[in-house]
Amino acid sequence: MPKSDALQGALDLLVLKVLMRRSPLHGYAIMTAIQEISDDALRVEEGSLYPALHRMEEAGWVRARWINKPNGRRARIYELSPAGKKQLVVEEARWNHVTAAVNRVLRMA
Amino acid sequence: MSLWSRIANTLRGNRVNREIDEELQSHLEEAIENGRDPAQARRALGNALRLREQARDFRILPWLDSLKMDVIFGWRQVRKNKITSAAAVLSLALGMGASTAAFRLIDALLLRPLPITDPANLYGLSHLITGANGEIQVGDTWIYPAFAQMRQAVKGKAELIAVSLDYVSDITYASDADMEKADVQFVSGWMFSSFGLRAAVGRLITESDDTTPGAHPVAVISHDYWTRRFDRDPKVVGRTFRMGTKLYQIIGVVDGPFSGTETGSMTAIFVPTMMSPKVQRTDAWWHRTLVRLLPGSNAEAVRQQLAATWHAIAAERMRGISGMSREALDRRLNEPVLMEPAAAGTSSLQRDYRSSLWMLAALTALVLLIACANVANLVTAQAESRSREMALRVSLGAGRSRLVRLVLLESFWIALLAAAAGLAFAWWAAPFVVNRIDPATNHVRLLLPFDSRLLGFAIVLTVAVTLTFGALPALRASRIMPARVLKGGDDPKAHRRLMHLLVAGQVAFCFIVLQVAGLFVVTFQRLTNRPVGFSPEQVLVMDTVAVQPQLPAIWEQELEHLRSLRGLESAAVSSDTLLSGWATNNFISVNGAPPNLVLTQMLDISPGWLHVMRIPLLSGRDFRLEDVYPGAAIVNQAFSREYFNGQDPVGRRFEVVMEHNQRLGFEIVGLCGDVAYLNVREPMPPQAYFPFRSLDASGQLEATKEAVILVRTSASDPMSMATVLPREIPAGRSEFRVSSLLPQTEINQAHTVRERLLAMLSLFFATVALLLAGVGLYGVLNHSVLQRRREIGIRMAVGAQASNVARLVTSRMIAAVLAGATGGLVFGLLCAERLEALLFQVRATDATMLMLPFAALAAVAVLATIPAVLRAVHIDPLVMLRTE
Repeated sequence: MPKSDALQGALDLLVLKVLMRRSPLHGYAIMTAIQEISDDALRVEEGSLYPALHRMEEAGWVRARWINKPNGRRARIYELSPAGKKQLVVEEARWNHVTAAVNRVLRMA
Repeated sequence: MSLWSRIANTLRGNRVNREIDEELQSHLEEAIENGRDPAQARRALGNALRLREQARDFRILPWLDSLKMDVIFGWRQVRKNKITSAAAVLSLALGMGASTAAFRLIDALLLRPLPITDPANLYGLSHLITGANGEIQVGDTWIYPAFAQMRQAVKGKAELIAVSLDYVSDITYASDADMEKADVQFVSGWMFSSFGLRAAVGRLITESDDTTPGAHPVAVISHDYWTRRFDRDPKVVGRTFRMGTKLYQIIGVVDGPFSGTETGSMTAIFVPTMMSPKVQRTDAWWHRTLVRLLPGSNAEAVRQQLAATWHAIAAERMRGISGMSREALDRRLNEPVLMEPAAAGTSSLQRDYRSSLWMLAALTALVLLIACANVANLVTAQAESRSREMALRVSLGAGRSRLVRLVLLESFWIALLAAAAGLAFAWWAAPFVVNRIDPATNHVRLLLPFDSRLLGFAIVLTVAVTLTFGALPALRASRIMPARVLKGGDDPKAHRRLMHLLVAGQVAFCFIVLQVAGLFVVTFQRLTNRPVGFSPEQVLVMDTVAVQPQLPAIWEQELEHLRSLRGLESAAVSSDTLLSGWATNNFISVNGAPPNLVLTQMLDISPGWLHVMRIPLLSGRDFRLEDVYPGAAIVNQAFSREYFNGQDPVGRRFEVVMEHNQRLGFEIVGLCGDVAYLNVREPMPPQAYFPFRSLDASGQLEATKEAVILVRTSASDPMSMATVLPREIPAGRSEFRVSSLLPQTEINQAHTVRERLLAMLSLFFATVALLLAGVGLYGVLNHSVLQRRREIGIRMAVGAQASNVARLVTSRMIAAVLAGATGGLVFGLLCAERLEALLFQVRATDATMLMLPFAALAAVAVLATIPAVLRAVHIDPLVMLRTE
């Protein structure tokens, strides 16, 4: 059953999906990618992006490593792990389930 | 992220913080590069600290992180109070080091299982002998023909293994000039397979190498000896060495650390029991009997069967001896036979030192407890001065368990530092004690490895010590009432009650340590002051070996050569020296009467021997060169008291009763003074001296291969001749070699080694205990005066006299000391009986021995209270009340 915090899970889903298509990316790129694809409709809060990334890293869905940027600084880039790919399927199914349910309610009411 | 990387992240917390910051920083830069307003971008990112905290919790283990913080905090506290910490660490280190050293010794000698398969299934067989005066002795050696019979009796249920004591023997690999010493043990051929041992090279001795007396000159060497003597040369197999008159061939090396069953010695060379000259004798008690149970058999059933067999053999043996009283006979025939576990091997060293070592361990434990009480007081005092900090922590939401952990971790740091210092101390102390055990005549070797057993003990000890001294202060700290403390008034009496309790405990333990130390010191003094009846100073004892057995006349020529040397006053030869630890004895019959059960100790001596030893000749004459054995005898006063009612026995006759009631007749030619023969503790026994020149059964002069040459030097230090004599002996007669050389004083001292060791160590512990208790008393009293200075100031302001103040400050302390001393006294009296065996001519219940600790403690208590009392009396009420 989808939980009440299904919408919070939407961030995980978006991040995983973006990484599926275009990994590896650093945090800022993930944020802008979501923004661009959704035509500025979805804005990711920076304040929640990084905790989410670290939580997913801890869960083993994404892998992170440091790369050197041309300006000499380092950036931490993320890519999807095999477990993350499986999780993406789960999250997508759940999202579809939730949106379908919401749509049903909208139609019926 | 795995648990492991989270643990790793926790332990290097700063790096995680830096990485998170760096990532956020790079995010900001990207944003600014893409045209965002820096301030706005930063705002969008939100509170960096909160982000960091959130991200951090995913990447580390929060509980481990807080533990780490407490550990670091504890370390800072330890470093902040440098002097207090150092004092705590030092006193604990001494106690822990001594305990660890005691553990190393006890483990090495008494606990560590032999490196064989299934060591738990190894038993030592012994029988209890009731002596003439009803005293009970443990007989752990057996005669081989009886052993063979007993082995047959339990065949199929258990395997019996004969192992001789460990002999330090003279062996030669090449020429006779290069004689060397090695530890040799005669063992049953089937021992190696029964113990599950393998050969590193060559093969081991088997049962077929141990069937015919004198027919199996083969030897197996230990891995340790192989390494030390042969540098692990595999070509050692096939080499030969000479021991006694026989040539042995080395057939293999034992794999692994096995070096015999005689814990305390390390056997280098194993040879079959059949090669022992005593293997067929029915009167030589020379080997231990070990028992291995076979699967499915019951230990008690095997013991009963062995006992029954032994009693039957004893009855057979007794048949030959006539005239023994019915009661004595019955006692002999019903000797209890014991089968004791011997997983750690079985040796005389274990028997001699078992109770002493446990006693020392108990003393070290007491010293450690005293140190713990001291440190507990220190920590309590410290926690008290930190009560505001604790109250603040509780107010801010710290749980009780967190406070307990905080204080315990501080204690753990102290204990850990002390354990490290203690290990270093034990590293030095354990071999130091072993070297002191080592009597001159018998070298002791104990393996003292730094192994997992020692490490395990150190860890358990550290945790136990932490809890012992840290638990009470920690619990007390956690029970803090923030409202009361922050208002400024905790209950200081509660702390003081705990401290006084600890002081009482300290004094009680200290009392026991002092009492035991006093008893050991007096025992040692009484033993060393005991006359031995001869003068060991300036006497050198040389074990002398001839290449081939030599006739008495040749030995006499050697003595003549020695007597002509400058620096030597006199020289003589005998079968053994006094107090060597070996004994020859037999029963005596006068006028054909049946022998009583008193054993007479015997020694074969040459003319002039009594003079070398300075044993007074009271009547009659010394031996002459023409005297022979059997024939002439010199006896001592105890002998004359036993058989001739103390009258002059010169000219009287007696008979020595041998095996199978064979009797040899002697005429007494001289009466001499009593000497200590076997040991210095027991009353001097009846003794008979016989001529060194002896005839065998057919009346031929006997040749002797080994004997002891004794010389008295003119110099006061006999060792000044130690380098000359081993050269002069072959110069006199080339047949002779010196195999070992010792001053007689050292041989005498070997008998009080255990007592010397106990006295020395317990005196050391007593000093430490007294010092610690004194420091503890001083600390507690000083602390309580500091705490009560306001109260004292008020009392003085309203007219209290100095004496009133002194009484106020000390009354509780005196009560605590008295209570502690009484507790110690009661405990000491309860344990008095367990000590008796280790004491000599002193009793644990003697009034003087009980007064000594009282006096010492009283003196220390007075010394410790003076500074605090002076401080209390000199409090100026005006100054005090103004500052508060």
